[in-house]
Amino acid sequence: MATLSVQIAGLTLRNPVMTASGTFGYGLEFEDFVPMSKLGGIIVKGTTLLPREGNDYPRMAETASGMLNCVGLQNKGVHYFVEHIYPQLKDMDTNVIVNVSGSSPDNYAECAAVVNTLDKIPAIELNISCPNVKDGGMAFGVSCQGAASVVRAVRRNYSKTLIVKLSPNVTDITAIARAVEDEGADAVSLINTLMGMSIDIERRCPRLSIGTGGLSGPAIKPVAVRMVHQVAKAVSIPVIGLGGIMTAEDAIEFLMAGATAIQVGTANFIDPAASGKIADGIDQWLDRHGVADVHEIIGALKN
Amino acid sequence: MSSRSHALLRQQNSKIVKYAKDFVITSNEQLDLRNILLKLRPADGNMPTMQPGQFVQVLSPANKDTFLRLPISINNVEGGQLWLMVQMIGEGTKALGTLRSGDTLNLVLPLGNGFSVSEAKGTVLLVGGGVGIAPLLYAGRALKDNGAEPVFLLGARTASGVLERDLFEQIGRVLITTEDGSLGERGFVTQHSALQSEHFDKIMVCGPKPMMVAVAHYAKQQNIDCEVSLENMMACGLGACLCCVEKTVKGNVCVCTEGPVFNINQLTWQL
Repeated sequence: MATLSVQIAGLTLRNPVMTASGTFGYGLEFEDFVPMSKLGGIIVKGTTLLPREGNDYPRMAETASGMLNCVGLQNKGVHYFVEHIYPQLKDMDTNVIVNVSGSSPDNYAECAAVVNTLDKIPAIELNISCPNVKDGGMAFGVSCQGAASVVRAVRRNYSKTLIVKLSPNVTDITAIARAVEDEGADAVSLINTLMGMSIDIERRCPRLSIGTGGLSGPAIKPVAVRMVHQVAKAVSIPVIGLGGIMTAEDAIEFLMAGATAIQVGTANFIDPAASGKIADGIDQWLDRHGVADVHEIIGALKN
Repeated sequence: MSSRSHALLRQQNSKIVKYAKDFVITSNEQLDLRNILLKLRPADGNMPTMQPGQFVQVLSPANKDTFLRLPISINNVEGGQLWLMVQMIGEGTKALGTLRSGDTLNLVLPLGNGFSVSEAKGTVLLVGGGVGIAPLLYAGRALKDNGAEPVFLLGARTASGVLERDLFEQIGRVLITTEDGSLGERGFVTQHSALQSEHFDKIMVCGPKPMMVAVAHYAKQQNIDCEVSLENMMACGLGACLCCVEKTVKGNVCVCTEGPVFNINQLTWQL
């Protein structure tokens, strides 16, 4: 049994495995399949200041080794979360992190301030990279100024661990990562989904209601590993890697690329127990390879 | 959703334990050119309790274009075996057609809410089109066991597409329409003469959406309580991904957890 615990700024994870926002509900939906005590943390659904109905159906299309989605941040708003969801989560035996989204820096900051009051939520993940809503989200994540403006506003209102989730739909992701680090982000997580499109040629129509969506699953893994590697070299804050992780071996690839922790996303849809299996698998892999502490493989690429 | 209904949902969910389980195929029968009937037994011998109208998520052995699990409705549970009727339309479902007895499939189950078979009374019309007849067998059996009278109205393009006809006939009266008139009355299910000449206390429907809308329209005109089973595309099946949403009177809801069965008065269909 290797030492698996890692640190994301002030936040201690029992192991590097978390679940990605929008793929694990509030954790409650998965309790029959994976004990929360097996996970380093869970990132709950994207939450906004006001309720959002999301985009119209169809919101999903399968693609080779992946899927497109355009859910569009459907959620009941942060106040509903505080009143009805949080009481069910506060005794969960893992770090529960809220993913926060918004449509202006002030609006992000106001939502973050509400979450800041919740004792049992030790961190937030700022979503500046949702490709599926017009009024915000990715608009901030694709420029250094936009990303910096959101992080600056939120940092004023939020005292705990602040993770910023980055978009891969940019020319240079390292520049965005440095911009959010400069504004006081404690960590970055990457990558969010890659913008994609799929067409039903019989109907001559896009398969998704809004035309485009975010691609996830193993199809995007090589892109994600490359970006994690680049960002880990460019910043001094911890990097959380995600994008197509299906197995413990995939997770280890991200750790070696420089990620301090990882998130399991789309894999939860194919195997609801995937996150727990990946945590066990990392432990076993380290044992098999005589590695005593997971830190020995983080960013440990041979040249 | 109100806080009360959320609490209620959680209560309902917490009662139904879900599993990811291996099942062993005991037979794989070709029903017609496009449809197969898989019979499976749980590898560990423990069959979870399942309600008519619920579904399972099947992990297909094909895993390229069919990356996600396949939602398949429960055709029957009998003699320690689970029956799944599968229409082979894509790579994932075609791969299921190649399986033989002894092969293993991983299923997540039981999922969704199911038809209200225990509350239904009197004569219940169960309307199915094509492979949409699948959940009606199990539902019809449960209705009969609960003292209601199930009447089946099955529609298909042609006679060979009326699947499991003999099994339906063992449970209740079977009315049939085919588009080419090769069996039963010619036309669509909504054109069957029984809809004009007989009285039904409740209607349960599963099939292509235009058919369900047409039956729902009839039910509304006749003021008959009506439930439809939706087939929206889904990813997780657990209420997490929010991909399979249907517009309802309380906003967008997940078909996988709040459905697949909906009373038509909960939907926003133009009827």
